Amino acid sequence: MTLEARGLAFGYPARPVGSGIDLILEKGRVLCLLGPNGSGKTTLMKTLLGLLPAQAGEVRIDGRDVASLTARERASVLAYVPQAAETFFDYTLAEMVEMGRTSHRGLFARPAPRDMRIAREALETLGIAALAERPIHRVSGGERQLALIARALATEAALLVLDEPTANLDFGNQMRVLGEIVRLRERGIGVLLCSHDPGHALEVADEVLLIQAGKTFARGNAVDVITDDNLSRLYGIEVHYHGPHVRPRLQAPRAP
Amino acid sequence: MIAARSRFPLWLGGAILLVGCVAAWSFSVGRFPVSPGDVWRALWAAITGGESGLAGNVEAIVLGVRAPRVFAALAVGGGLAAAGAAYQNLFKNPLVSPDILGVAAGCALGAGIAILYSLPVSAIHAFAFAGGLAAVALVVAVGSWVGGRDPILTLILTGVVVGSLFSAGIALVKYLADPYNQLPAIVFWLLGSFTSVLAGDLQVALPLIALGVVALWLLRWRIDVLALSEDEARSLGVDVRRLRIVVILAATLVTAAAVSLAGTIGWVGLIIPHAARLLVGASFPRVLPFSVVLGAGFMLAVDTLCRTAFTSEIPPGVATAFIGTPAFIALLAITYRRSA
Repeated sequence: MTLEARGLAFGYPARPVGSGIDLILEKGRVLCLLGPNGSGKTTLMKTLLGLLPAQAGEVRIDGRDVASLTARERASVLAYVPQAAETFFDYTLAEMVEMGRTSHRGLFARPAPRDMRIAREALETLGIAALAERPIHRVSGGERQLALIARALATEAALLVLDEPTANLDFGNQMRVLGEIVRLRERGIGVLLCSHDPGHALEVADEVLLIQAGKTFARGNAVDVITDDNLSRLYGIEVHYHGPHVRPRLQAPRAP
Repeated sequence: MIAARSRFPLWLGGAILLVGCVAAWSFSVGRFPVSPGDVWRALWAAITGGESGLAGNVEAIVLGVRAPRVFAALAVGGGLAAAGAAYQNLFKNPLVSPDILGVAAGCALGAGIAILYSLPVSAIHAFAFAGGLAAVALVVAVGSWVGGRDPILTLILTGVVVGSLFSAGIALVKYLADPYNQLPAIVFWLLGSFTSVLAGDLQVALPLIALGVVALWLLRWRIDVLALSEDEARSLGVDVRRLRIVVILAATLVTAAAVSLAGTIGWVGLIIPHAARLLVGASFPRVLPFSVVLGAGFMLAVDTLCRTAFTSEIPPGVATAFIGTPAFIALLAITYRRSA
């Protein structure tokens, strides 16, 4: 399972955001998308997910154009993990994760025992099965984010796209989420991670794509790309980043 | 307080039982009290086609006078609550009521025009229904023409604008109406009432309401996902745009049929889904049936009080507002305190 973009231009017909993006996301790899605010990360991510049409170039999943897939076909190979946002509707974690099974069911069908089991397993994988019947308003931000990752797992998609999953989380929860990303990779899932934090890219990413004003700024291995020089030019500030020798790569830590 | 999933059938069964009691009470009380036993005999005879052995006037009151009114109240209450619950999911907004897209204003204008031209009662219902559909069709058409990146917001704004356009139309109709006969008729129609519901009206409105509610029921698992953000719902495999149109169609059918049957009755579609969520959780497959039962029971109880509590009847649309306001504030307080 491979997600590939070639010569991709993205944005809206009246407002182009970026162009010339090439990337490949493969199973068992973590690709980190890094760039300043307004660089077009979110729009690019939505285009890769097939939520926005490509303005030029192409996005292919295993060679098939993403635009030619139905919503259900797309959902079963490519899952999206949004930022955990406040909603009014107070679903339980179990209900939230079961929604991940939507694309596997008919239009009128209720969740089958198999759907319940897969949702349950996803909750267990993320270590939040004990919270299954807890309303989502009554868990922490970190647990909410883990539930959204569990929902993506429940879709059984081989590729996951995560939109800044560590935003608004404290340090402990950030590490917990990053640890789960490492574990996803170990399970053979391909992860596209949009992030604000170069440190996170160093900790979990196999490959990094730096984006500036909608264009590729640099692309390559995390240690090669995330340099003081690149970061200084990308963010327009003086950076003396300590690099990987002080921030060791994460080894899938587990809550005690 | 939230009913766990396993206990939901129990809650629903309890609520249905409660509505049954309200119905028995409603059939019995009034100017001419009938004992619950006689009510049951008359209804049973009507269902099986047998002899009830009751006096003719008792049978006439139960079947001819009270039955249409009871069933109309149940259908309108249940239908409005179902439409409200579906719209709240669709718009991801708990403050949305079934007439968010201008159904009620459209129905009112249709009815007003029919009254202005002195058309018969059945035509007033038909015009009201057509007016409601026309208003929503206009909102959806303008909304999709305008487009924009937030189609939900565009729809709501268009609904407000089209709603006030139709309200201006109603004002014009009132101004043009003959102040001695037509104007009072329009005003009374707008207030809403179950008094004049006939078995014939019911035969038209009931299947329309049922059709819409059944459509929402069939799609309940997908409508559940609609409460998430559009990107999330689409990435989970839901064809959001098509589903949205179907839900709007179904909810509009229900609301237009309900409003053309009983006039504009507010609050039911807003507060009943809230109460349902408080009791059975946010999951739409549970909220929908529970809202239908709760809404039906609430509407019937209110209408029965309206016709028995005072010497002259109060319009149920007014009563729901009097009861609805404090009830909604209480619900807000409970919900808010819980999430805080």
